[in-house]
Amino acid sequence: MSNQSLGSVFTRGLIKENPLLVLLLGMCPSLAVTTSVMNGLGMGVAVIFVLMCSNIVISLLRKVIPSAVRIPAFVVVIASFVTIVDMVMEGFAPDLHAALGVFIPLIVVNCIILARAEAFASKNSVLASAIDGLGMGLGFTLALVLVSAVREILGNGSILGINILGEGFAASPVLIMILPPGGFLTLGIIIAIMNKLRRA
Amino acid sequence: MGIAGYLALIVWAVFVNNFVLSQFLGICPFMGVSKKVESAVGMAAAVLFVITMASIITFLLYNALLVPWDLQYLKTILFILVIAALVQFVEMVIKKVSPTLFAALGIFLPLITTNCAVLGAALLAIQKDFNFMKTLVFGMASAVGFGLVLILFAAIRERLALNVATPKAMKGMPIALITASILSLAFLGFSGMVRM
Repeated sequence: MSNQSLGSVFTRGLIKENPLLVLLLGMCPSLAVTTSVMNGLGMGVAVIFVLMCSNIVISLLRKVIPSAVRIPAFVVVIASFVTIVDMVMEGFAPDLHAALGVFIPLIVVNCIILARAEAFASKNSVLASAIDGLGMGLGFTLALVLVSAVREILGNGSILGINILGEGFAASPVLIMILPPGGFLTLGIIIAIMNKLRRA
Repeated sequence: MGIAGYLALIVWAVFVNNFVLSQFLGICPFMGVSKKVESAVGMAAAVLFVITMASIITFLLYNALLVPWDLQYLKTILFILVIAALVQFVEMVIKKVSPTLFAALGIFLPLITTNCAVLGAALLAIQKDFNFMKTLVFGMASAVGFGLVLILFAAIRERLALNVATPKAMKGMPIALITASILSLAFLGFSGMVRM
């Protein structure tokens, strides 16, 4: 890891190793909450917080945790931060909390977070782990915003709640895009485009 | 709630509010273990068992331990630990009791800990204020719905792999997601059939 600069640790998660679009991790929340850009952003911010904090703590504890029980130990650390996010969101953004529903506590089983704990934070310094968490979290947020922007524009004619496609479209939008099938379809096509671009 | 009520709950959890296609729970195993029907059946059986057990245990722990001491906010941490321990325990029991079943399920068992359908079922049952019987029926029916869709999807993917010329960029995950989208569209037909 020493030959890798902190800058590349940060940028890697944004596009080249984007957790959702390239590593294909964390599918459940990215399909479920991307019905509007606001929800996607909210989920992204929650994941950034949990990912950074758990990476920092796990990196600090990496020499203390015996390797036989490391997975349960990681899970407890992650679950604690998820509980904090859950309570903070319930207190300060109750509407967002209601919209994201059960997917806030389910950040615990989001594969991205455990994957970064296992693959990066348990082997690297605190600073590098924090930056890795931030980069990966931002990459995930970018992907969520991309998916939710497509779905909100087509399914509701708006972005962040502001109508951009005119009254006529908003009166009869492509409703299927904000229903479950639209989620699968949008993510499938975006990943296909990513594949095409990466190969070209 | 009478028999009719439970029947409605089962239809709702299996078809109308299907875990995978309308709730987006358990997408990782849904995409990961659906390349062959055989492994899909194994995964479905293992998930059915773990969700049912986890629903019972988390319900009892929540009401016996967390509610009396006002510790409800600890439920996420407690539930994930229970599920991890349960999966480990199930793995050991099956290994001892039936080595053939263990060989069949073997690799899928540890994966279930990070299956959000298990934690999701436990959390949703608490959120909806279900009583013990309803929690049990809801957990089992949700798992049956998960298994049904997983096996259906695996059968479709087996045929896709054999017969369809897929563009290079669409191979693997993209075409699987688009197939799931069409399957989800079909399940949309059930919506509104039962209201809970």
